[in-house]
Amino acid sequence: MSKQQAIQALEHALGRENVITKHEDLVCYSFDATPDMPNPLPDVVVTPTCTEDVVKVVNIAREYKTPIYPRGSGTNLSGGTIPLHGGIVLSTLKMNKILEVDADNLAAVVQPGVIIQDLNNAVAPHGLIYPPDPGTVATATMGGSVSECSGGLRGLKYGVTKHYVMGLKVVLADGQVARFGGKTVKNVTAYDLVKLFTGAEGTLGIITEITVKLIPAPEARASMLATFDRLEDAGNAIKGIIANKVIPATLEIMDQATIRTVENFAQVGLPTDVRAILLIEVDGIPEVVEKEAEKVVNVVKENNGKIKKAKDDKERESLWAARRAALPALAQLKPTTVLEDATVPRSKITEMLVAIEKIAAKYDLNIGTFGHAGDGNLHPTILTDARDKEEMERVHKAVDEIFKKALELGGTLSGEHGIGMAKSHFLSWELGQSGMDVVRKIKKALDPEGILNPGKMVSN
Amino acid sequence: MSYLKHYPEIENEIIKCMKCGNCQAVCPLYKETKFEGSVARGKVKLAEAVLKGKLEYTEDLAKIFETCLTCKACSANCPCGVQPDKIVLAARAKLVKERGLPLIKDLIFKGLSKPSLFKTGMAIGSKTQGLFLKPTEKGMSPRYPVSGLQLRRVLPKLADRSFLSTAAEENKVDNPKKKVAFFTGCTTNFLYPQVGEALLKVMQRNNVEVVVPKDQHCCGVPVLLHGDVNTAAQMAKSHVDIFSKLDVDAIITVCGTCGESFSKHYPELLKDDAEYSAKANKLAEKTYDFAQFLVDILPIDRDVLKPVNKTVTYHVPCHIGRGMNAHQQQIELIKSIPGIKYIPLKQPDRCCGGAGSFSLTHYDLSYRVLKHKLADVKSTGADLLITGCGSCRMQLTDGIAQENLSQEVIHTVELLAKAY
Repeated sequence: MSKQQAIQALEHALGRENVITKHEDLVCYSFDATPDMPNPLPDVVVTPTCTEDVVKVVNIAREYKTPIYPRGSGTNLSGGTIPLHGGIVLSTLKMNKILEVDADNLAAVVQPGVIIQDLNNAVAPHGLIYPPDPGTVATATMGGSVSECSGGLRGLKYGVTKHYVMGLKVVLADGQVARFGGKTVKNVTAYDLVKLFTGAEGTLGIITEITVKLIPAPEARASMLATFDRLEDAGNAIKGIIANKVIPATLEIMDQATIRTVENFAQVGLPTDVRAILLIEVDGIPEVVEKEAEKVVNVVKENNGKIKKAKDDKERESLWAARRAALPALAQLKPTTVLEDATVPRSKITEMLVAIEKIAAKYDLNIGTFGHAGDGNLHPTILTDARDKEEMERVHKAVDEIFKKALELGGTLSGEHGIGMAKSHFLSWELGQSGMDVVRKIKKALDPEGILNPGKMVSN
Repeated sequence: MSYLKHYPEIENEIIKCMKCGNCQAVCPLYKETKFEGSVARGKVKLAEAVLKGKLEYTEDLAKIFETCLTCKACSANCPCGVQPDKIVLAARAKLVKERGLPLIKDLIFKGLSKPSLFKTGMAIGSKTQGLFLKPTEKGMSPRYPVSGLQLRRVLPKLADRSFLSTAAEENKVDNPKKKVAFFTGCTTNFLYPQVGEALLKVMQRNNVEVVVPKDQHCCGVPVLLHGDVNTAAQMAKSHVDIFSKLDVDAIITVCGTCGESFSKHYPELLKDDAEYSAKANKLAEKTYDFAQFLVDILPIDRDVLKPVNKTVTYHVPCHIGRGMNAHQQQIELIKSIPGIKYIPLKQPDRCCGGAGSFSLTHYDLSYRVLKHKLADVKSTGADLLITGCGSCRMQLTDGIAQENLSQEVIHTVELLAKAY
């Protein structure tokens, strides 16, 4: 029962064109977008083209007791697709058909390898959108995005991926195929198994078909950029907007370190002496948008902020340019970019930002923080160099403290990136022993031999 | 030291990559293959493994680095400012250094580097091409399956007489506003001499004196792209010698790759040679695509242009656009001709898949990339497909013949010449 036999079986089952075994090719599947991770080589990469192919791969993996690591575009930030123990990387990229756009039921059915943006392009002619918009919308697959339950800039008003997954077809660890959910808005049949497999990071089954909810595209929007001399004012403005019953589609924050870096990099005309910037966008029916925008302007002014409202699409673009430049600008400063996603209740944003500044000073690190202030999801971004061992030790300590602080404030380890390998050792901090037990029991029940994405989230 | 000659120098480029995968969104090859080794991120990982000594030359590794169009779409879309095309060049150079060039490439590149030999060869080729290529309606097609040449492929006919053999060396005007040297490039010289003639006409009408140095030859980039840095450096030196002697305001090119050879590659190739480096930098500063020269430097008098009643569209060659940033000027020239109806492509700067010899060595993959461009061209309904590069023109002409489309492909300067 050698690896060679397993590979032969895979070649026989899927055809040689769907099995990658050359050493150089395998190196290209030893990593994903997560920094500071080990890069072990898989033994083989397979590219199934249908659910039946995936079943064959699972059955071969069971027979040869070889792990399977499902992989979409490999753009995740949790080490979720790294083939930690060798074995089979299962790329879903050849399963990339949009099977149906059902405008009557506001739903679409896709294979897991479809790129999120391609789905949006396909539903746009119907006047519909698929709202989850992670930063990787142009590259990430639907399968990966559902498995990591990715978020994005519109989480506050529109929710995240799990709020749009209506049905799933999953190949289970025993090779059986199961279907959960469907196109109905209401479905309380049995446990909410659609939610269980969403965000399961490929540890419980392999998703081969996804039914998602679509919504009408908003008719109008108003974009505003607010600047504050004090972090507290920015925090109060965030609270005030919500207290005034306005739920912006986007409510983004950038701290001073990020503002200065962005301005230095992109010269978009940001004031570098302010402590925080908020990018706010309200959308919906034109009359409502106008009214909500007015409320936002008032709240910002009441909290000592200065605000600029975009008059047209061109001005909107220039406001967004600053936010879009945040990560690129930070990333260019140093070779290694550690991008975290510690998340706190919205009311604790100011406290969290202050804590991160203190942690940066304590460990003498360059940390820029930006993120989705409206939903409390911050991206403290540590700029470092993975080759500098001493500094990396300080980075690890700082990350530990950031997570401790987030939990202390009633937050969570991960708002949208997932646990994977990168955060599995923090998991018990949030779940406690009893919570860890539940996770382990679920894993054991559905994947008793531990062949599905081992080493991620929990180990058996 | 140059990363082309000393591989460890490329480390600073490699470590900038955060493996975010944004390159996947724009890589024309990845869109076809869905294979991580096709896209910049995978290649950067491999280049890093080579740097750390974890990978050495293998044929498979060389093949992965060959599978790149060097279209620079990844560079333009990289949030970290990585220039993967540099990394690919460095890796190709490193692999050639470790393993040497395959015999056939070695012979071809030696030929390219010896101008007289190359020119004699092409002249003989012009006379004898009928032996292995048969004329078709739209060009020439191979008579027999030759390595890398599919039978269906339509190729341009080698010109009966090369541009350099017919053009005058000195092209004087009465009251010269500027004096320029024209670097013709191989496609203009051997395949499309009409492009060179159009350039001379446009310059003459704009009172620009043009010198066409007779001893110029291939720019050397085709050789460099295959990793043969030493030969490329020799060719760079030769051109630096030829063009430094001339007292001209500018060096003009009609091909993005040729333009970049003077503006970027020669300074890099000759970086470690103090004397040549200074000269190469001087030339680089005054190298312009013809459109940049006409729009930004001269500028031309648009009021004298005569109408050309055509519906046209424009394909941005990768090295005119992302390479020399001269595409806006080319489009401006097109739009300034009265009577022209310009219909932009949906994705004007998406690579056509030609990439010089890539279309010979990887015809099927190259053609899959081309098909997107052809669909885009077809939807415009244009009469003329304008582009600013001979290599793109070869690729586009083949595709248009294969798909039975009606567009004629011409160079931007040829269109402009029609307006005088």
